[in-house]
This record gives sequence, C-alpha cells and structure tokens, in this order.
Amino acid sequence: MAETVLETHGLTMRFGGVVASDHVDFRLEARELRCLIGPNGAGKSTFFKCISGLLTPTSGHVFMRGEEVTGWMPHQIASLGVGIKTQTPNVMDQLDVFENIWLAARRFHDVAEANRKAEDVIDRLALGPIARTNLGELAHGERQRVELGLVTVGDPWLVLLDEPAAGMSAQDVERMTDIIHELTRTAAVVIVEHDMQFIRSIAQKVTVFHQGAVLMEDHVDAVMSDPTVRNVYLGKKA
Amino acid sequence: MIKTSATRDVVTTLVVAALLITIMPQLIGTYTLTVLVVYGMLGLSLGLIWGFGGILCFGQAAYFGLGAYTYAIAAVNFGESTLPMLLAVLVPALFAAILGAMMFYGRLTDVYLGVITLVVTLILFKFINSTAGPQYKIGDARLGGFNGIPGFQTLNVPGRPNDYIWGDAYFYFCAIALVIVYLLVTWLLRSSFGRIAVGIRENETRIALMGYDVAARKTVLFAIGAAIAGLSGALFANWAEIVTPGLFSLGQSAEIIIWCIVGGLGTRFGPVIGAAGLAYLKFLLGQQSMIDNTLIIGLILVFFVLFLPKGILPAVTDIWRVSFGRRKRRGARTRRGRGGRQHG
Ligand SMILES: Nc1ncnc2c1ncn2[C@@H]1O[C@H](COP(=O)(O)OP(=O)(O)OP(=O)(O)O)[C@@H](O)[C@H]1O
Ligand SMILES: [Mg+2]
Repeated sequence: MAETVLETHGLTMRFGGVVASDHVDFRLEARELRCLIGPNGAGKSTFFKCISGLLTPTSGHVFMRGEEVTGWMPHQIASLGVGIKTQTPNVMDQLDVFENIWLAARRFHDVAEANRKAEDVIDRLALGPIARTNLGELAHGERQRVELGLVTVGDPWLVLLDEPAAGMSAQDVERMTDIIHELTRTAAVVIVEHDMQFIRSIAQKVTVFHQGAVLMEDHVDAVMSDPTVRNVYLGKKA
Repeated sequence: MIKTSATRDVVTTLVVAALLITIMPQLIGTYTLTVLVVYGMLGLSLGLIWGFGGILCFGQAAYFGLGAYTYAIAAVNFGESTLPMLLAVLVPALFAAILGAMMFYGRLTDVYLGVITLVVTLILFKFINSTAGPQYKIGDARLGGFNGIPGFQTLNVPGRPNDYIWGDAYFYFCAIALVIVYLLVTWLLRSSFGRIAVGIRENETRIALMGYDVAARKTVLFAIGAAIAGLSGALFANWAEIVTPGLFSLGQSAEIIIWCIVGGLGTRFGPVIGAAGLAYLKFLLGQQSMIDNTLIIGLILVFFVLFLPKGILPAVTDIWRVSFGRRKRRGARTRRGRGGRQHG
C-alpha cells in the first residue's frame, strides 16, 4: 500500500453561521493526482486554506506524512515540502519572473543552486523570453504559469493548486496538463477545477464537495454520470 | 553580471561620497553639514525598513532618541565614548527586536503597526519628560526631564578620553560613518536576506507560502533599522552635546517619513538626500521669521504627493534615462530601470 501523504479527520471550518468546511475526511496517497470539484461556495478553497495553514480550522485534524500539522503556520507547512497555489494569484508584481521563481528556490537551496534551479524551471515552462519582465506586466496565463513555476521549483512532494487553469487559453491549458503530469512523478497533486474537460484529461479520482462536505469520491467517469452530482453541480453549470 | 554590477555600485557610491565630502564643506559650514549627515543616516534607517521591507514605522524617532539617550547616559557613566557608541546601537536594536517580535508574531495589520509605533514614541516622550526629579538617575547620569542631559563625554579617540574628535574632524567621522552604513545597506539589499525582504514587501502571503518565516525576518529588519537610527542618534548627541526629550517627538517621526517620501521611497540614496535637503531647508527657513517653516515643509510634502509621488531621486533618474539612456542600449534599459528602482 502506498504511503499516505495527506489526511484530514473531521476537518471543520465555521465562519459565524456558515459552515464552509463540514467534517471533511480526506486521504491522499503519495504521487496521487486528485481533483476537487463542486459548485461555487462548496468549500473547496476553504478546505485548501485549512490544510495550508492560511486558516486555522474550527475543529478536526490535519496530518501530513503521519505528522499532525493542525494549526501550523503557512511557512511551517510550506517548509515541509508543500507547494501551494491559491485561487487568487499570489505573486510579486514589482519583481521579475526570475526573481519570483528564484525566491522560491532559495528557500531550499543555496544561492548558486537556486540560480540553477530557477533557470531550469524557466526553461521548462518556456518563460525564457520574459524572464526579466515584471509580473505586473504579464498576461494572466503567463502569470499563472509563473506561479506554477514558483510552486514547483522547491521540489515539493505535495502540491495544492486552486484553479490553476482558470482564464487560460487552450494552448496554456495543454501546457499546464503536461506540467501536472510531470509533477505527479514526484509529488501528490490536488487540483481544484471547474473545467470538466481539463479534469477528464488529467484525473482519475475526483472528490465532489457540496455545502462544505464531501458528497462523493470516485473515478471521474462514475462521478460525471452520477445523478446527484449532476444535480448539484453539472446541472447548475450547464 | 551580479558581481560587476555590485562593483559598479560600490565604486559609484565611493566616488559620489568623495565628491560630496570634498565639495560640500566649501558651500556649507561643517557644523551644519554634520547634522545634515546625521539626519541622512536617520532617513536611510527608515528608507531601509519602509522602502524595502514595507514596514511603515511612525516611531523611527523613538530609536533615534533612544540611541542619543543611551549614548549620553553611558558616556556620563564611563567617561569614555567607545562603549557608549556601541550601546547606542545595541539598545535600540534590542528594543526594536522585542517590540517587533510582539507586533509581527501577533500578525498585526499595517494600521495597528503604525498606531503602536506611534504610541510607543509618545510614551517614551512622556516618560523622559517626567524624569526631572533627582530620583531618576541611571548610575551617575540624571535623566533631567525636559531639561535633558547636558555635559557628557563627547566622542574621543578609542581608549584616549582626552583626545576629542570634534569640529571638522567630527564632520569627516560622521560622513565616513554614513558611507559605511550606506555600503552595509547596499550589501544587505543584495544578499538573499534583502531580496527576500523585498519579496515580503511585495507579497507577504506568497513569501510565507514559499516557506519563509515572515515574522522573524520582519523583526530582524526592524531591528537593523533601529540600530542605524540609534547610531544616528548617538552621532546627533555628540553634535548637539545635549540630549532632550524633543528627540522622541512625534514631529521628529513625521519629518523622517516626509524625508523618505520626498527623497524617493524604495531607493537607498533618496531618503538620505531627502533628509539632508529638507533639514537644510528648515535650517535656512529658521533664519527668517516671515513664514512659518512647518507650513512650508507641509506644502512641499503636498506638492510631492501630488506631482512627484515617487520622490526626487526616481524622478531625476527617469529624466536622466529619457535624455541620455535611450540611444545607447535599448535591450539593457528595462534591466537597468529595474535595478534603479530597487537598488538606486
Ligand atoms: N473569510 C470568510 N469569511 C466568511 N465566509 C467565508 C470566508 N471564506 C469563505 N467563506 C464562505 O465559505 C463558503 C465556502 O467558500 P469557498 O471559497 O471555500 O468556496 P469554493 O468552493 O472555493 O468556491 P469557488 O468555486 O467559488 O471558489 C462560502 O459560502 C463563502 O462565502
Ligand atoms: Mg475557491
């Protein structure tokens, strides 16, 4: 049996009366690729934030590689080797592409190695021509790609991506698919997405969130043909 | 690339400094120049933590005053200036490290940070003001309340308490101290620590999600800024030969902020120039009584916020680049432009 890298028990997050995350039990194996889907407001981002330390859950537990990390700060979680992309872009607009990625690389390597790693990622993501352009001047798709670059440059073993393909061109999405596949050779990846076609092209196992709780968890085909899921999610979107 | 641009940076700094140190005494008396240099260093201290670390401190004067008082108190007690100078750097740094740790680990927002630094300055001001009685003394030094502390040992050659460094020599001492601090700041900003600090200024959440302990790094930077402010406070004490509670005043704190805005935030030289320029202007205005000088400083601030929001230095470098830079190397321009904004 493969190692469990991420596990939550009864993870609950309340905002006043709103239960944004409702007793979520979640388990992810090493190098697994999992998609989270669910209608707007289902609690997907809240779930991510509880795992990554951006929010402290009201109750419940989070374990990473067997260690309890509930209530840890974001930098402590990230230091374990967890790469996190939030739903809203989180990059440094006044700094250029190289500096953005270099800063991420520097966390886990000395200066020379960080230089090398950053160059490497820039090559792999085809960011060479814009390496010295500030993030603030880039198109949305390029910014997404840079953010993916800085999330992955530290060689994480767990990657959380909240809507990485949102607002991207078809070509960008295709490139993103390749990158994610490559990632899964060394890391477990959890992706929140709305784009069904994209999900089909990358994932096998899908977890459906609804009103903060896990509605079902199954192979992508089974999920898509499930009448309840169609009701709460697909029906709404169509 | 990095090596050569660092070398060029150091050479430029040394050449400009040498020119200024040679030329300025021909134009302005060294006594006045000395205090301009001291204020330049104070401006640099806030320029570092605010312009590069994104920490807006409304109480930078607190560290200036703390440095000056630490020096004065220690100098009275020791009768020699070397250890007091060191303490004047360490005490404010330690104070800032404790205050900073409480603020940054407490995850305070910028507004509260401003309020707290402001309140701390006020408390120090009130406290020092209320120490007129003879019971307020540290060792042999009486705090003296609003009268301050006069008559302490001023700067001497290390180990020789009777060889004072004063007059022109003291000006050169301060100028060289500023150059050294400036070069240290340059080195800091080029180091990984400095680059990460700029990252924190740009996006704290992202830097935390990369795995950096933002609170610890902000605390360290805050303490470094306080150390520089403390040093400038000690230099000021030596120049004025008296320390008074006015050093802690909110007016002083506000002026430091104005120096940074006018000179150019996010540059190293801007706050130095802003401080020296505005302090000199205030000195000139002080010699006439027609117009209230706080009014003029206020008008200058409004002018800059409205018309030159990036400050003098970025404006000058922009003009320079537009008039001389274009024809040369087009490709290299964006690169230098960036460097100018971050490291200028
Ligand atoms: N900081 C907050 N304060 C109060 N309510 C919040 C907060 N963050 C999220 N919520 C609420 O929690 C619920 C879940 O939000 P969340 O952002 O996790 O949904 P989501 O599944 O990511 O949706 P989307 O697909 O639109 O990104 C929503 O009802 C939202 O309004
Ligand atoms: Mg979301």
